Amino acid sequence: MARMKGAVVVDTERCKGCDLCVVACPLDVLALTGKEVNRKGYNFAHEVLADTCTGCASCATVCPDGCITVYRLKTE
Amino acid sequence: MVYKKPTLLNDTPMHYCPGCSHGVVHKLVPEVIEEMGMTDKTIAISPVGCAVFAYKYIDVDWQEAAHGRAPALASAVKRLWPDRLVFTYQGDGDLACIGTAETIHALNRAENITIIFINNAIYGMTGGQMAPTTLLGMKTATCPYGREVSLHGYPLKITELAANLEGTCYVTRQSVHTVAAINRAKRAIRKAFEYSMQGKGSNLVEIVSTCNSGWKMSPAKANKWMEENMFEFYHLGDLKDTGSDK
Amino acid sequence: MADQEITLMKGNEAIAHAAIRCGCDGYFGYPITPQSEVLETLAEQKPWETTGMVVLQAESEVSSINMVYGGAASGKKVMTSSSSPGVSLMQEGISYMAGAELPALIVNVMRGGPGLGTIQPSQSDYFQACKGGGHGDYHLIVLAPASVQEMADFVDLAFTLAFRYRNPAMILADGAIGQMMEKLVLPPFKPRRTEEEIIKECPWATTGRVGGRKPNIITSLELRSEEMEIINNRIQAKYREIEAKEVRFEEFMLDDADYAIVAFGSAARIAKKSIEIARSQGIKVGLLRPITLWPFPTEEIKKLAGKVKGILSLEINAGQMVEDIRLAVEGKVPVRHFGRLGGIIPDPDEVVDVLKRSF
Repeated sequence: MARMKGAVVVDTERCKGCDLCVVACPLDVLALTGKEVNRKGYNFAHEVLADTCTGCASCATVCPDGCITVYRLKTE
Repeated sequence: MVYKKPTLLNDTPMHYCPGCSHGVVHKLVPEVIEEMGMTDKTIAISPVGCAVFAYKYIDVDWQEAAHGRAPALASAVKRLWPDRLVFTYQGDGDLACIGTAETIHALNRAENITIIFINNAIYGMTGGQMAPTTLLGMKTATCPYGREVSLHGYPLKITELAANLEGTCYVTRQSVHTVAAINRAKRAIRKAFEYSMQGKGSNLVEIVSTCNSGWKMSPAKANKWMEENMFEFYHLGDLKDTGSDK
Repeated sequence: MADQEITLMKGNEAIAHAAIRCGCDGYFGYPITPQSEVLETLAEQKPWETTGMVVLQAESEVSSINMVYGGAASGKKVMTSSSSPGVSLMQEGISYMAGAELPALIVNVMRGGPGLGTIQPSQSDYFQACKGGGHGDYHLIVLAPASVQEMADFVDLAFTLAFRYRNPAMILADGAIGQMMEKLVLPPFKPRRTEEEIIKECPWATTGRVGGRKPNIITSLELRSEEMEIINNRIQAKYREIEAKEVRFEEFMLDDADYAIVAFGSAARIAKKSIEIARSQGIKVGLLRPITLWPFPTEEIKKLAGKVKGILSLEINAGQMVEDIRLAVEGKVPVRHFGRLGGIIPDPDEVVDVLKRSF
């Protein structure tokens, strides 16, 4: 069966760690870093369950800072 | 690739607080401008308030107005450049308080403009004071014990007021707290921009928004609070759409 | 000239006709006595059907000046007119325009104040017009017409200066000049600039990113102090250039004068009559009439102070321009002020008496 395989690229320097993408993701693909911060001092979003991502782009749509680019590939 | 921020939203980091609704609307507006092919025909007016620096982020021509006066600027610009896409981007203090006269009269003159109205029920930039749209009971820096009718009067539903004006074509209230809401808000902005280019009258798109810093909540909690409290008073949906009959 | 159009009209009407004829793109205003004929004449002339000029009655002077801001920011030749209380309301917008360096014309047909005051003529907004008026360090280019002809001629001049320096210009008239009827030669018709001409002439304007150029931004805001100081210094340097190049004034019977009157607008007309009376009584008096109130003819008045025994500042106010005259004279000769208030225009004989008593 065809399945959508997605990938999320976060511009971690632009990210302000607001957590909205994490909340919006239906498959818990994203999380905020625990201790690691970017140059502005924010924890940032990153993929923790990369294989699960379907590329639905919910995270990117709700991101207020336009940090997220989403790619999608159809796999068999 | 399925999603990427619009090219017209440049790489300058936005000064908004983490999770601010402004950021989402700042993506929708350039997306619509790009999709309509209006990049080189847009003249935008920024307010005084949190969005004062909108001109730093969205790569179209901008005029920065005095507090509340954006609809006056837009009225003149549209009349002098009728083939341009002219819109203002204003907050609740700017639009519904100090600029009430400019807002109401520009809308009622049926100026072929769009007003994008961010209503987060608080003055964000000056540090969280009471706005004309602050809900009863809501605490702000200038109503620290909660807004009370006897002290502060009622919150202003200016969008309902706008819908009653003969000059308005499309008046709608949207939000940007979920993917579905964001998609609806984008369609609303597109419709408003199209009507204004078709000369159908004035258009007002209110976006009920969060100010998590001012509300002193996390962004996710602010979204939830907005759903539970704001939407009850500020009902979402189209209040008026005469564009298709004209 | 055979093709001159000579007619009789009010000063306020002359402003309206001159605006249409000089290729003005838009007028935004709000009714107020004694200048409502400007908007009324434009509405009656319907220039939107001929030259394409936009005419709009706004909901307030606050809105009119901000419409002017928007129009000017988009490179168009736009104007407003009002009278003293209305111009007070406009000060916010005028300050923003000075800060954003926008060319536009503001006409103030002054009436007496303070407050609602009177609807009769006055010159009591000299300070407001010449010293900034609103907040911040800025100047308007201020032209003071003394005839209906100058009301008409200064419209084009004000726009020319405003665009040359990217600075708002003001015609500071008074109720007498606005309301009186006089013969005038109408200025010739100049077409409005085309879109291409505006884009070429005003590459800074928000016209839409025509041809894919980088975005233009019109703002008076800069939060970084170092940057804001650079902007302010640039604006101040522009003011120094205007002071050096654009001073305009008229001299009348000063060659042999023992005393000088300095007066602008309708006061200068009274001064001329007073000079005639005084000279018939053997008192040699002349007139220096500043045409630009800012930039002020400081150097010329300084020179005058070396030639005469005393200077009378004749103003229809409680004494405003007299301060600038004293600064120019630097104490070399006595400087007196005479003015009437409340909308009363001084009588020429009264001025002669003052001259006799003062010096």
